[in-house]
Amino acid sequence: MPGSVPVSITVNGSKHECAVEPRTLLVHFLREELDLTGVHIGCESTLCGACTVHLNGRAVKSCTLLAVQADGQEVTTIEGLAADANNLHPLQLGFWEKHGLQCGYCTPGMIMAAKQLLDDNPNPTEDEIREAIDGNICRCTGYQQIVDAIQHAAEVAGAV
Amino acid sequence: MVAFRPNSVGKAIKRREDPRLIRGLGTYTDDVKLPGMTYAAFVRSDFPAGAIHSIDTTAAADHPGVVAVYTYADMDGQVGPSPVGAEMPGMGKADHPLLADGRVLHVGQPVAVVVAETPYAARDAASLVEVDIEPREAVVDVEAAMAPDAPKVYEELDSNICIQVPIPNPEADKLFEQADQTLSMRLLNQRVAPFPMEGRAICAHWEEGPGKLTIWTSNQAPHFVKQQVAMCLRIPEIRIRAIAPEVGGGFGAKIPTYPEDPLLCWVSRELRRPVKWSETRTENLLGMTHGRGHVEKIEVAFQNDGRVLALKGQTISELGAWRSFYGPFIALSTHTMSCGCYDIKAVAWETFAVYTNTMATEAYRGAGRPEAAYIIERVMDEVAAATGLDPVAVRRRNFVDKDAFPHTTASGAVYDSGDYDKTLDRMIELVGYDDAREAQRQARDDGRLVGIGVAAFTEVCGIGPSGGTAPHQRMGTWESATVRVEPSGNVTVYTGVSPHGQGQETAFAQMVSDAFGVGLDDVVVVHGDTDQVQHGVGTFGSRGIAVGGAALHMALTKVHAKATRIAAHHLDAPVDQIDYEDGEFTVKGSDRKLTFRQVAEMAHLWNVAVPGEEPGLEAVARFEPPGTTFPFGAHLCQVEVDPESGQIEIQRYVAVDDFGVVINPMLADGQRIGGVVQGIGQAMWEEVQYDEGGQLLSGTLMDYAVPRAKHFPRMVLDNTVTPTDVNPLGAKGIGELGTIGSTPCVVNAIVDALRPLGITNIDMPAKPERVWQAIQAAGAAQ
Repeated sequence: MPGSVPVSITVNGSKHECAVEPRTLLVHFLREELDLTGVHIGCESTLCGACTVHLNGRAVKSCTLLAVQADGQEVTTIEGLAADANNLHPLQLGFWEKHGLQCGYCTPGMIMAAKQLLDDNPNPTEDEIREAIDGNICRCTGYQQIVDAIQHAAEVAGAV
Repeated sequence: MVAFRPNSVGKAIKRREDPRLIRGLGTYTDDVKLPGMTYAAFVRSDFPAGAIHSIDTTAAADHPGVVAVYTYADMDGQVGPSPVGAEMPGMGKADHPLLADGRVLHVGQPVAVVVAETPYAARDAASLVEVDIEPREAVVDVEAAMAPDAPKVYEELDSNICIQVPIPNPEADKLFEQADQTLSMRLLNQRVAPFPMEGRAICAHWEEGPGKLTIWTSNQAPHFVKQQVAMCLRIPEIRIRAIAPEVGGGFGAKIPTYPEDPLLCWVSRELRRPVKWSETRTENLLGMTHGRGHVEKIEVAFQNDGRVLALKGQTISELGAWRSFYGPFIALSTHTMSCGCYDIKAVAWETFAVYTNTMATEAYRGAGRPEAAYIIERVMDEVAAATGLDPVAVRRRNFVDKDAFPHTTASGAVYDSGDYDKTLDRMIELVGYDDAREAQRQARDDGRLVGIGVAAFTEVCGIGPSGGTAPHQRMGTWESATVRVEPSGNVTVYTGVSPHGQGQETAFAQMVSDAFGVGLDDVVVVHGDTDQVQHGVGTFGSRGIAVGGAALHMALTKVHAKATRIAAHHLDAPVDQIDYEDGEFTVKGSDRKLTFRQVAEMAHLWNVAVPGEEPGLEAVARFEPPGTTFPFGAHLCQVEVDPESGQIEIQRYVAVDDFGVVINPMLADGQRIGGVVQGIGQAMWEEVQYDEGGQLLSGTLMDYAVPRAKHFPRMVLDNTVTPTDVNPLGAKGIGELGTIGSTPCVVNAIVDALRPLGITNIDMPAKPERVWQAIQAAGAAQ
């Protein structure tokens, strides 16, 4: 592709070396190049959180990052959170157990945002949870069962 | 009707949908990838009204990677018009083209479509299409649009009024003369954006060899899509497969088949290549149907004891620039539901649905009923204020008595069942209502603006029967289910409902598990694919369980009857001597038995075939609702208003609802909390805004406020159970109820907080700016 630039990005533990248009958004790179379609697009403006992934262990919104900004770095998406169905992350278990999702579109981003919270604060209060997911919109659940899900995850993780 | 033993039904079973969704493995429309895929981008009108002088597509067509550019001239006569419009006799109507046909009627209307090898190339090239539009004066305000000299959206029509339905009532006039008091209000139900997290997305694939069209579309009713694309492209529906794969929310706005659906199908057929499009969020706010948009005037005749005698109302509904799937009908249902839970003697109403140069409006979580509930629940609070009675006491005084069901309201609705006091009692008990009022009095004494709002509401779900519903849309109000038992005894359910978060894969598996004694893992529920599901209607109007579940119950009953006959044959006993429990058929008074799985195997094996029975174990059923369900609820909200800023804090929300028999209480809670939050969104923040000239001001998430987690306290929920007899499950609808109850409840709380200042109404959304201005104006007035 004319004008494309090489990038080397480690995604979910695998190194990918590709050529991308410089303007390629990270979310498009993940979805189109790597088929990681669990990363969703909800607003293209950093405001809804559906595209949240981790960049070097920190939650970022991949709709307003360029793929070239992730060059040489490590990205984790929802697909990288569990090796298989028998090894779900505590947050995945929590969302399942507490009905933390309905249509499921916001869920991957919501889980990745919540992961950042639990990484920083393993025992958050309800207010802290609501504050932490303020950048992620869910239109279905009304959030209460998402709060329950994250609390459940904190309990499960704490018990391990 | 078989009474299946509820081992699973009624329990909070974890969802069977979730394992794929929590791992990011669901397939939404934009996740579909096909060889040879092309990508579409739309050129949309920047003007709300005007004549198209020219469209220059040369530069776009020459752009690298562009496959084709189409305008109306390219498709004229081959496809369209858009088949989405509701029709009724006497309405002012015009065809709506798939792409603008020489004129534009609203900002965001598709004018041209660019198809390219990549999404980026498509968008780049779309920006190169030159559209020369001569703007003309737009009409945006719905009341202004009704004036005889208003600019017309459709020059060829007599006026902007699409429908005008007067329902006069001399009895109401008489009661207004006799009443102790009357009051009148003007209530606004502002236009809001449905805002599903996944916007519209379409992937169309014409296969020239078999002559087959497959369309994946983020939609709530794929069987409608199949029919409407067939009509629009003039090809037989048997050559069309419509798939609603994973759908990221709908809320009514994904009921319609949009102009983009048949258009991209036509493009795929022209190109002999698949084409995909996903709207941006700005396109979503511009071009997905909006909800509400009503102006209502209400007059109330009531007695000094709080008894409401009669209503005179007027609904003016903004249709926008074209008739959506249900548009004009939504306006009419506000009158139908105008009485709420109350035994009101007479109702007179007049309904207008009016064109404006704005995006079309359509069903949105409630669709006409929230407007009705908002009116009557605001009315009850103002009657309470006028009579000096407590808002709860006024509601009790007017409730339809629990022994009066079925009850026909003065507006013609036939309520199936209800016990409004029971639900209200439970809410009062949960809240500790008297203590809450006492605490409010103390807070007021301290100068704080604390308000308590109540809403006791009913609404209409699972509408039926079909007679008289829009034949041009090839739809009824029934629903279908097929139950196919494999030789192993595992079961596949094919349902005509098209869930997108409601959880029917789980709820229906629970029903099958109870019917046949098989495990939840032994059941798969298939939906949203017209080639797999023989026929169906869809998921909207809170019909998934009440209608779709009832169809499943019918199919299960048919399969069970056949399985019983097969078991009786092999057990060498008459059918009436067969007992059935937990997956085992037993001859009465003996230990001779067959399991359901054994019977399933026998049904498929020729050497044990039963005389007179076809092989196999499968049934198709269609449930036609003989009537409609009316769930109800009693909600309470407590707010505190900061007089310095107008900021509102929601301190407490309690919801007690009654939706009949419950299949899965965890899923029910999810529907209710989500609905309550969506309704509060309308009450407090959400508003689609056009400027006076017709430009959309709320086109991004910076300008359109969707509720977020920290806006809310933990809600308290409970429910009572008053079954319905209009379906075999006794279940009513649940999807829209929270939204319908919460909007008036919150506004009542806000007005209650401000009432000591002399404020008697706040229009939605009750943004801090608006509340602050009301407080300032009230202060100036005193």
